[in-house]
Amino acid sequence: MAMEQMMPSGEMRERLQEAAEKLEPMIEQVSEFIVRTRDVQKIYLMGKVEVHALRGVTVDIKRGEYISIMGPSGSGKSTLFNMIGGLDKPTSGSVYINEVDLAQLDAYELAWLRCRTIGYIFQTFNLIPVMTALENVTLPMIFAGVPEDERRERGMELLKRVGLAERWNHKPFELSGGQQQRVAIARALANDPAIILADEPTGNLDLKTGKEIIELLKELNQEKGVTVISATHDLKMIDVSDRVIWIRDGQIARIEDRSKIRVEAALEVEEALMEGELPSVP
Amino acid sequence: MTKARGNMTAFGLTREEIRRKIQLPWSEAFRISWRYVTIRIGRSLVTASTVFLSVAFLMAVSTMILAAKATGFIAEDDPAFKAAIARYTWSVLLGFMICATGIVSALLMSVTERFREIGTMKCLGALDGFIVRMFLIEASLMGFFGSVAGAIIGALLMLIWAGIKEGFSLWAKIPWGFKSATGEWGFLAYFLASILAGVFLSVISAIAPAWRAAKLQAADALRTEI
Repeated sequence: MAMEQMMPSGEMRERLQEAAEKLEPMIEQVSEFIVRTRDVQKIYLMGKVEVHALRGVTVDIKRGEYISIMGPSGSGKSTLFNMIGGLDKPTSGSVYINEVDLAQLDAYELAWLRCRTIGYIFQTFNLIPVMTALENVTLPMIFAGVPEDERRERGMELLKRVGLAERWNHKPFELSGGQQQRVAIARALANDPAIILADEPTGNLDLKTGKEIIELLKELNQEKGVTVISATHDLKMIDVSDRVIWIRDGQIARIEDRSKIRVEAALEVEEALMEGELPSVP
Repeated sequence: MTKARGNMTAFGLTREEIRRKIQLPWSEAFRISWRYVTIRIGRSLVTASTVFLSVAFLMAVSTMILAAKATGFIAEDDPAFKAAIARYTWSVLLGFMICATGIVSALLMSVTERFREIGTMKCLGALDGFIVRMFLIEASLMGFFGSVAGAIIGALLMLIWAGIKEGFSLWAKIPWGFKSATGEWGFLAYFLASILAGVFLSVISAIAPAWRAAKLQAADALRTEI
């Protein structure tokens, strides 16, 4: 019954048909890269002043990688995060997720992508305050049309995985920051996404809790093979990252592989500390 | 279907499956809206109070007309009676317009407060339509409860007042049913119509705020610090 109510117009049906036709051939060409950006530029207008948040970013991210996008505040890392997540459109250039050009997607397809392919984690947790932990985790499943019993079961499994099964009935304000972020991580995993996008996931957490969250993300990355991309300036992230993308002034300053990370990161930290761009790390 | 391409196949579902799977069932939308109304009960009551007052006024006027007719002293075609009804109709309409303004501003405030939540929901895959639906259900819930309370209180106050003035025996002469013996609208008809008017008014007033909420860009909504 709900079905007929959901789809009142033939127009919506047609649009979804078009969407399916557009997307079907793309499944065949799954490449090893889950995210590719090509010369992405973003210009914001602040009053009459043009702000170049991104000045041509080209980056390829492989399936199952753990990527940190690092850089000082205002370097454009959050902008890049929004581009990859389909939350904002580039002024020029393209972003491909699973070889699908995001610019080609309409509102329905974007919603589908956000719901099924990407899980988002935010600095401020962004749980829905009127809902319990379990309801927050199952919300994306509602949008994805998962039946209620399965939602409950999977939601509880995910809460168990992040160590909060016994808190399922708590509202966000009854949980600590670290616990809220765990619920947010469980919610990001709700529809078994290929990518987790995290924007400063440890920004509002203390050192120890932040470390736990980073470890949890790394574990999930290894267990589920989910690609983790986090915009951060938390240096604790460096240890777990496969690659670190350093952004400066809207451009990629350097991409470092895991093998080289420690030495170069140490130098970078030193340099940044001298410039006063990073908080001191204990 | 390998693990790695598990999500890609989501895009490769048949049309029917995509159609079926991207949705917010009414029952779920209702549950979420109900939660918002009850948890922010203070704010909901303030919003509902404008509907309450205007519906109470409408119902009081309707009841007064019924009671006046029931006395038997009023001639339908009396110009004075007609003029009085016209005056009251204007006042009721004016009341409803003020009420609509109140609802619009209350709901706009509520949208502003929830920028971040709306942005989050969009990140989780909510279509614009889902956001609109939730706000409209919320408005209709507040409209419904405000109207029911308003209709009961408005009618009751007017009945008591008419009883005191004309004697409570008058109550027996009021046509309580849907239609009176002479085929005119009865009390029940006025009662239901008042509630319907209140709900209708609430939903109409909610359209603009709901639309504004739905049109928020996910990224903008997340950036907003409130």
